Amino acid sequence: MDGVKLHGTWASPYSIRVKWAMKLKGIPFQYIEEDLFNKSALLLQHNPAHKKIPVLVHGLRPVCESMVIVEYLEEIWPQYPLLPIYPYERSVARFWVKLIEDKSPNVWMVYRTVGEEQEKAMRDSLEMLSILEEHGPNKGKKFFGGDNINIVDIAFGGVAHWMGVVEEVSGREMFDAEKFPRLHAWMGNIKSLQLIAENLPDQGKLCQYLACQREKLVSSSSQN
Amino acid sequence: MAGRVVLHGMWASPYSKRVELALKVKGIEYEYVEEDLKNKSEELLRYNPVHKKVPVLVHDGKPIAESLVIIEYIDETWKEGPRLLPQDPYERAKVRFWAGFLQQQLFEAIFAVIKTDGEAQERAGKEVHEKLKVLEEGIKGSYSGGSPFINGNSMGLLDTVVCSILGAHKIQEEVLGVKFLDPEKYPTVTSWVTALAELPLAKETMPPPEKVAGLLQFLRSKALESAAA
Repeated sequence: MDGVKLHGTWASPYSIRVKWAMKLKGIPFQYIEEDLFNKSALLLQHNPAHKKIPVLVHGLRPVCESMVIVEYLEEIWPQYPLLPIYPYERSVARFWVKLIEDKSPNVWMVYRTVGEEQEKAMRDSLEMLSILEEHGPNKGKKFFGGDNINIVDIAFGGVAHWMGVVEEVSGREMFDAEKFPRLHAWMGNIKSLQLIAENLPDQGKLCQYLACQREKLVSSSSQN
Repeated sequence: MAGRVVLHGMWASPYSKRVELALKVKGIEYEYVEEDLKNKSEELLRYNPVHKKVPVLVHDGKPIAESLVIIEYIDETWKEGPRLLPQDPYERAKVRFWAGFLQQQLFEAIFAVIKTDGEAQERAGKEVHEKLKVLEEGIKGSYSGGSPFINGNSMGLLDTVVCSILGAHKIQEEVLGVKFLDPEKYPTVTSWVTALAELPLAKETMPPPEKVAGLLQFLRSKALESAAA
């Protein structure tokens, strides 16, 4: 079996999804921490289209985009399945992954912007939370995957964890426990899994990192 | 595979059209419901309560939404007939990557050219060319040109996405007064799109050029009006 390498960064929720999937499946891999201001030649070679992390390299073959990687892992390493068996249930899981992919960038915009732009990002983030709260799959169960976590939990897990830090850095509250009781219970369930809890970035460090980014972005936009 | 198949779609939606192409490639019999997006059917609202959008495929009363999710469902459910995604997991990953790129990057850039003018349109146009350049580099190795299709002997998921986004490029270019698919800059992409657009399946499924032109003009004038307001 060819070796597996993951190019990622400690501060990326996209990176962490792939890490979680690999650890759940027990896939041995080498992790390469990328400096986004000084990207490695290998990264640029493997992802010329976007020049972004995460990139999985299996043998010589690069796979890019976190959820495309997770589907790839699922097909090659079927242990600890992250997708249901039957096509209809798979389509439901994929629908939710797409929704999370489409709407979660709004969460990053909350700490990256101010004023009207930030207001819009807040509205769109809250909309995503409301939709998941009301319609998210397997309501009444511990996880979006039911009794065990699946691809939807992995997709949203990183977003939800980062959301807490975004709130702190931007001073805007999104993940209100009273408005989103189901999602809060879900978050507790996710974090109670040892594998997830042991593979989260240091909260303080992440806060500092995002605060620094915010300062740069906000001050440069006010100079324009 | 039996069961009643209904597609709720809209003639101008590239998302809807790619699902139609996929159903036809597989030879699946289906009923088609043309939705009026200003007066959506009660079924559509019930089948896609989250987004209230087309396309929605309903198989034996069970709804599936999101065009690429639908096409993967079709491929997994109807095993007879040509494959819509390749068998090899690495090739499948490449299809998913490029489908995402086409949808999120290229399509959005083209849409921006439609909705803007002046400097903003120039910038949007540059974006389109940047994306086309990336696409050209990315698929060069995969598209041999021997057949119209990128993954074998018949139309697959990636072909349907390209067809639905770039198939009408000539009309888009005419209406907008721009040039996207330059065969000298993007020889692989241009020959791929041209070959697909020539297929009888594409010609019978994709909307007629006059209708597309009318829609583009309408979308553009509406967008420019609201931008000026």
